[in-house]
Amino acid sequence: MRAAMRDDLPFPRTEVGKETEAYNFAYLDEQTKRMIRRAILKAIAIPGYQVPFASREMPMPYGWGTGGVQVTAAVLGPDDVLKVIDQGSDDTTNAVSIRRFFAKTAGVATTTKTREATLIQTRHRIPEEPLRDGQILVYQVPIPEPLRFLEPRETETRKLHALADYGLMHVKLYEDIARHGHIATTYAYPVEVAGRYVMDPSPTPKFDNPKMDMCAALQLFGAGREKRIYAVPPHTRVRSLDFEDHPFRIQTFKQPCALCGAEGGYLDEVVLDDRGGRMFVCSDTDFCEERRAAGHRGAMAADGDAAGETR
Amino acid sequence: MTDLPLLSARGLTKFYGERLGCRDVTFDLHEGEVLAVVGESGSGKSTLLGLLATELAPSAGAVHYRMRDGAVRDLSELTEAERRLLLRTDWGFVRQDAREGLRMGVSAGGNVGERLMAVGARHYGNIRAAASDWLARVEIEAGRIDDTPKSFSGGMRQRLQIARNLVTHPRLVFMDEPTSGLDVSVQARLLDLIRGLVAELGLAVIIVTHDLAVARLLSHRIMVMRRGRVIETGLTDQVLDDPREAYTQLLVSSVLAA
Repeated sequence: MRAAMRDDLPFPRTEVGKETEAYNFAYLDEQTKRMIRRAILKAIAIPGYQVPFASREMPMPYGWGTGGVQVTAAVLGPDDVLKVIDQGSDDTTNAVSIRRFFAKTAGVATTTKTREATLIQTRHRIPEEPLRDGQILVYQVPIPEPLRFLEPRETETRKLHALADYGLMHVKLYEDIARHGHIATTYAYPVEVAGRYVMDPSPTPKFDNPKMDMCAALQLFGAGREKRIYAVPPHTRVRSLDFEDHPFRIQTFKQPCALCGAEGGYLDEVVLDDRGGRMFVCSDTDFCEERRAAGHRGAMAADGDAAGETR
Repeated sequence: MTDLPLLSARGLTKFYGERLGCRDVTFDLHEGEVLAVVGESGSGKSTLLGLLATELAPSAGAVHYRMRDGAVRDLSELTEAERRLLLRTDWGFVRQDAREGLRMGVSAGGNVGERLMAVGARHYGNIRAAASDWLARVEIEAGRIDDTPKSFSGGMRQRLQIARNLVTHPRLVFMDEPTSGLDVSVQARLLDLIRGLVAELGLAVIIVTHDLAVARLLSHRIMVMRRGRVIETGLTDQVLDDPREAYTQLLVSSVLAA
């Protein structure tokens, strides 16, 4: 069937080679990329608004970042330098496979250095190093609708967004305080973008919310299963919702990073043995490595001059 | 105080395709007035309530409402935002099934506070104080403020619904069979509570019920519906003690004397 149809093609046949390669740059076909770019442009024009798009099947399961990958594929150019992080880390399965995917399908340069990257795809974290003009941060989003768990009807949540009717969001925060004495939501913490739409910043820890505010980089959010794209343009106000008497606060860590000694970063807990041994290290691996390369040492750093060695 | 009615319905008609919901209903309701709509199942009571509360669009006729600023508006011409604001500030709606009127997964305090937060309250302490004040007024113990309505009895759920609706000091409350499904002693307490609050706050109420005892206890005026039409209307005592229409006589005589 296919062979028969091929003979009737209205355009000249080309050999698989250079042209097809250009045609299929970064995995998606040009029509799909155009469709996604349109959605992205609309999302940038209406900060925080969820734009529906015709999400494609991707060669990975839902939940592994199909939305983020499609957004990345649509905005990636041959000169881009790509960095992919998963929970702040450059070397976990998800990050490695997505980075390899684009190295293979687009032939772009990849990096683990935040500073060198022009495009960063992330799940959960925003790099510790401040982003700059011209960089794009792409988030993988599982559930784009911040009102979902309070209002299951999509028709109704769309209306609530249209009318900027966000009392429900505060009901959720109220419940937190009533139950835990403080706002216990620590990730996917709802934000108001440019004074209008309330947005779910995907499962990033609320620690990173302040970094979204007036960020110099363009922030794009892709939800593949839910078929939504939304965006925060550079230098846009992003305000975390709160109560007057319970203002928004980020979590703080009692100790510095055990490897690089950084204070004020977001730390991961690493269990060391089955006798309660543990260490806290930077979740942003690139940030941690750079600091160690610059000579900073934490209490448990492996090399000789570390404070931990003398114990 | 003005003589203009708070709400006036003119020629309200609703067809569901071929079938009639209700036909040509006309009445006025003044501030502080309690109107009972009675009739058997399928007589169009709930359709009428839905039309008045703008949950259904009428096939013909119109409802006018005097807003807090004194302007009389045609309810069908309100924008969606105005309609929602009206529903959650100046109006209340107590449902027959509390599960429809409450958020079952949200604590009692959150249920009462929701309306306040929806109109812009952003101070947790104040919201909580208002919620516990209203829970006390509907006789729910202060210790239950953080429990969800799932753990409440039927009577408590109805009282919580009332608190949730009254927290923004509405002028008009719709009630759809608020006491059905409750046992008799709980019904009596709830009715007593509603009567007290209505008198204290000067609420206008439109209450739909098939229970004539509820109508007699709460309402000033009564409207009897049958097959989608209003067949008799008047002062409650007058209609119930001296019914004119044959159907009303039947209704009144079907009440079992205890």
